[in-house]
Amino acid sequence: METLLQVLLDGMLNGMLYALVAVGLCLIWGVMDVINFAHGEYLMIAMYVSYWLGFLLKVDPLISLIAGGIFIFILGAMTYWLIIRYTIGKPPLSALLATFGLAMLLKNLCLNQFSPNFRILSGTWLGDKTFQLGFLIVPVPQLVTAIVALVIVGLIYGMTKSTRFGWAVQATALDKEAAELMGINTERIYFLIFGIGGATVGIAGGLMPTYLAVHPEVGTMFSLIAFVCVAMGGFGSIPGALVAALLIGIVEALSGFYIAPVFKYVAVFGLYLALVFLRPKGIFGW
Amino acid sequence: MNHRALKRKDLFWLALVVLLALMPAVSAVATNTFLMHVLILILLFSAMAQTWNIIGGYGGQTSFGHSVFFGIGAYGAGMAVVTYGLSPWPGIGIGMVAAAAVAVLISYPCFKLSGHYFAIATFAIVEIFHRMFLVWYWVGGALGLDYPVVEQGLKNFMWYDTKTGYYYGALALFVLVFGIVRFLESHRFGYYLRAVREGQETAESLGVNSQAIKLTAMALSAALAAMCGAFFGQYNLRVDPSMVMSLDMSMKFVLVTILGGAGTLAGPLLGAAVLIPLQEYTRALWGGLGGGVDLIVFGVLIIIIVIKQPAGISGMVRDIAKHIERRRAAAKGGTSIDAP
Repeated sequence: METLLQVLLDGMLNGMLYALVAVGLCLIWGVMDVINFAHGEYLMIAMYVSYWLGFLLKVDPLISLIAGGIFIFILGAMTYWLIIRYTIGKPPLSALLATFGLAMLLKNLCLNQFSPNFRILSGTWLGDKTFQLGFLIVPVPQLVTAIVALVIVGLIYGMTKSTRFGWAVQATALDKEAAELMGINTERIYFLIFGIGGATVGIAGGLMPTYLAVHPEVGTMFSLIAFVCVAMGGFGSIPGALVAALLIGIVEALSGFYIAPVFKYVAVFGLYLALVFLRPKGIFGW
Repeated sequence: MNHRALKRKDLFWLALVVLLALMPAVSAVATNTFLMHVLILILLFSAMAQTWNIIGGYGGQTSFGHSVFFGIGAYGAGMAVVTYGLSPWPGIGIGMVAAAAVAVLISYPCFKLSGHYFAIATFAIVEIFHRMFLVWYWVGGALGLDYPVVEQGLKNFMWYDTKTGYYYGALALFVLVFGIVRFLESHRFGYYLRAVREGQETAESLGVNSQAIKLTAMALSAALAAMCGAFFGQYNLRVDPSMVMSLDMSMKFVLVTILGGAGTLAGPLLGAAVLIPLQEYTRALWGGLGGGVDLIVFGVLIIIIVIKQPAGISGMVRDIAKHIERRRAAAKGGTSIDAP
């Protein structure tokens, strides 16, 4: 019983991280109907930013997560300006293929510059700290990530639901041309959405080098998991992505612990397939 | 479409095949191993892309799951040779049948999904198969299958001293796959398939059984992809999950076709003829520099091609042809054929 609860806790903490990674993708997908294949690579670059800030300048990841967010905001906005802008209105796969090229470029750029070595920050504020809650052992870095994730996902959701900018975003997502006729600068909305979507994953990446090693391939798996979260949650639904991410985290932890670690992704993707066959547009989709 | 133009187009393809068949007779080509290697890969990848084109281009179902079928074919041949010490031929047959069966089984529920949901479901399927094969000891697990040294020749489909045998193997594969697609293009099944792509509801209202058409196309595509996979295994003398059953391999099917021009007969060949030399020569030039320079260049080129010409290289060729024709008409002093 105690083991089960511990495994569930770990799964939920991991699921919150997935939610933070997926929320940006969800935003971009919901508003622009674009799958950003380089999403995991954004995460990887933010992890490198945070790692090098920590390693060279002794900046703690808790502070450099801001730098990660800003850096990936710029990277995301640039991706839109230089690449995605030209794929809108073209065959639906163009954006996916172009961002696949971008993912390949970013991954190998990092491989070339930083070597394929695994790097992890040691001696950070949160470090390997844990605390005891009853019989549960709570790892502090993961808990902080989960709290940050909850805050960010809440902020993004609140922004789309109750600010003027958020209403403009919703209008653009529903009908681009009608939104333009109402005086909304959709080009700017897209630009900012790509930036904000990047910033959220940048914040996730900024926190992670405390407890997860960074290497050029680290983003690939996160990309896939984020795709599955968003698709499982339903077209552009932020609460859906959050629920799906928690579910994925829990299934991953349970199957990894009770069956075998190699099967955890089999279980995660199997769960996705099972769910999507039952509800072809995801849990919260319409 | 008029009948004479079709015939002229076929003549062009026949001439191309004859030209390709004569290639190894030129000793400058036959002795240049690297050039032969690039030519074999161009033929193989254009055949692979053409198998994807059946369901992805003509059928409009963007599957990212073709490396599963490709891998099953490679494992069929590999298991026959490595595990059971047989000739690869029965393995190729079993692999093709197995791939078609798997294709039908997984496509049946997947075809209910649309757009990005379908694409992501196929990603998930590749990842599941990849991980299962990594821990499945019967098929060699993560270590994969290493081919033993056996007698060379057509019976074992292995050659060591020259690449000519593989070249003709790849050419046969190319002719077979392109022939099948050319046949489909002008027959009832091909029209049904394109009708389903353009509007499933409309096609169904006219009496086309869209689910059956899509499943048949997927099974055919999977069986042919498995055949390409078997060739790939025989050519590399090694099969392992990351090599044949990965997302990267799936992306190659899609990239080559889309960059060449999806839904056209020539697209896969054009895509392979541009991408494969790029990939191989950048690797040969910069691959040794220690990490990824070749793939950086490749990534940039993919972005540029996708942005600049979404209809693919065949779209580019069409534009150039149109341009030339317009100029010729202008030079004759006739009215320009600037029809919109």
